[in-house]
Amino acid sequence: MSIQMSGTKPKAVTGSLISFENVSKTFELADRSVAAVENVSLNIKRGEFVVLVGPSGCGKSTLLNMTAGLFLPTSGRVFYDGTLVTGYNLKTGYMTQNDHLLPWRDVVGNISTPLEIRGMARGERHDRVAHLIELVGLVGFEKSYPSQLSGGMRKRTALARLLAYDPETLLLDEPFAALDAQLRLNMQIELLRISRSLNKTILFVTHDLDEAVALSDRAVVFTARPGRIRQISDTPLPRQRDLAGLRRDPAYTRMTAELWDLIMPTLNETRGEAS
Amino acid sequence: MSNVEIGMGQPNAALAEAERRARADRAKKAKRVESLKLNLYRVLLIGGFLLLWEFASGRLIAPFFISAPSAIFRRLYGWIASGDIFFHMGITATEALSGLLLGSVIGIVVGTILGMRPFLARLLDPIITTFYSLPKVALAPLFILWIGIGIDMKITFTAAIVFFLVFLNTYTGVRNVSRELISILYLMGANEMQVLRRVVLPSAITWVFAGLRISVPYSLIGAIVGELMASNKGLGALLVRAQGEFDTAGVFAALVAIMALAVIFNMAVRRLERKLMPWKQAEQDQQAAV
Ligand SMILES: Nc1ncnc2c1ncn2[C@@H]1O[C@H](COP(=O)(O)OP(=O)(O)O)[C@@H](O)[C@H]1O
Ligand SMILES: [Mg+2]
Repeated sequence: MSIQMSGTKPKAVTGSLISFENVSKTFELADRSVAAVENVSLNIKRGEFVVLVGPSGCGKSTLLNMTAGLFLPTSGRVFYDGTLVTGYNLKTGYMTQNDHLLPWRDVVGNISTPLEIRGMARGERHDRVAHLIELVGLVGFEKSYPSQLSGGMRKRTALARLLAYDPETLLLDEPFAALDAQLRLNMQIELLRISRSLNKTILFVTHDLDEAVALSDRAVVFTARPGRIRQISDTPLPRQRDLAGLRRDPAYTRMTAELWDLIMPTLNETRGEAS
Repeated sequence: MSNVEIGMGQPNAALAEAERRARADRAKKAKRVESLKLNLYRVLLIGGFLLLWEFASGRLIAPFFISAPSAIFRRLYGWIASGDIFFHMGITATEALSGLLLGSVIGIVVGTILGMRPFLARLLDPIITTFYSLPKVALAPLFILWIGIGIDMKITFTAAIVFFLVFLNTYTGVRNVSRELISILYLMGANEMQVLRRVVLPSAITWVFAGLRISVPYSLIGAIVGELMASNKGLGALLVRAQGEFDTAGVFAALVAIMALAVIFNMAVRRLERKLMPWKQAEQDQQAAV
């Protein structure tokens, strides 16, 4: 491992916060084994916004799961802040692809959960939750249970819950997939603002190439399953960017087109495989 | 109902809200009419049956076997007037309710522990299965030997029956908790107790209540079988006494009292269920409104 912790400065701002070192993961099922990702090596710096794109089933969620420590790689290693990830990685907050809200708690209860766990006082908790509900635009739905919410509202509740406990690193698995365009833009702007102002490290999975370019510092493109890194592109946009005006930015259009060209052959491949 | 979509598409939120409320009202009214109709048919059905019974008694079948509704009501009225029935119902209710509480509390605790500790569960599995297959009624003589024939015997006996029902349901419920939800909580830094309170128990409670609902009739079985075997108090004892006097109306009247108790118990469990699981109510309302 390249990072050496030495002396009294254990948390260097430079160097990688998250490192995948030749990571492969194969799921052993009853009748066959599924190679989800293969030989992935990737270093992510503190404060970086990295987007993972690739065809469905190429192991993007699997990589997030291993970063959160939900399971270990079959071979290779995942490091977080210089430490081997071997169990629940409490430095990460994870917004899973299925929102995984608590069905028995209303919106307020769901967002409060991490704050209760941390033992935050009732009054402070109340204020914080109210603020977050406003932030994600769920005012008026405080007392609704997840079953009474639309898909987009559930995603926003999950996002508010994630922001509530303010983890060092955010793992976001297609967080905005169920939102309409206007809301999605608002949430993207908010997420970018949070990532910059609080210097969050973000690992973000999406299917949407426009979104990938708009948000990322770097975009990692995967091949079809078993997922291997096909290309890592630095996004040619300033860190402070105007998301609403990006469509007119030639650098933005160029990179989206490049990603399209890169992804299209893989899509054809998977289609050919399926038929 | 075609204007629903138009209402939803309107930017005016107040209008959409009014539309939604009107729709909910309509749904509620339709539901009320439906339940009124159901209740009417029920009354007719039961009334018809009682009339037939009254007519058959003495004409088609000897009153010794089937008594008659009028005689049964007279007997009941007598018991109510003297206050006897309340005394006996109170005894039986106390036994059944205490047994139900005791058995389900132990069942929930043991079910949760074994559900969270698969190794323990596997270790104890053969023992539990053996005891589960044993007809619990066969344990009654043992309890009489140990505890005597007082009210505490019936409570213990009832608790033993209820325990298995609630325990098995709780165990299944805890085993079925979503592992993803548990992981999410642990990722938030939760400890095991926090996961238990926020995920495992709320998730298992649906199963617990399924167990409780089956347990209600069994708790009455426990109390009454106990009384039938050895007692001079309670509805079971009343039943035995009436039978001993060849008082068919009395036997039926005691049965009516037992049924009344069962109905009250069921209602209480259902009310508790609604109170403890408000989100289930929300899910049901949701389906009704679609
Ligand atoms: N927990 C698991 N058990 C078994 N197979 C899994 C599991 N998680 C993912 N897989 C399989 O691994 C492959 C990659 O899945 P995933 O990481 O979810 O892909 P993506 O998120 O890129 O769509 C898929 O074929 C999926 O079926
Ligand atoms: Mg996925």
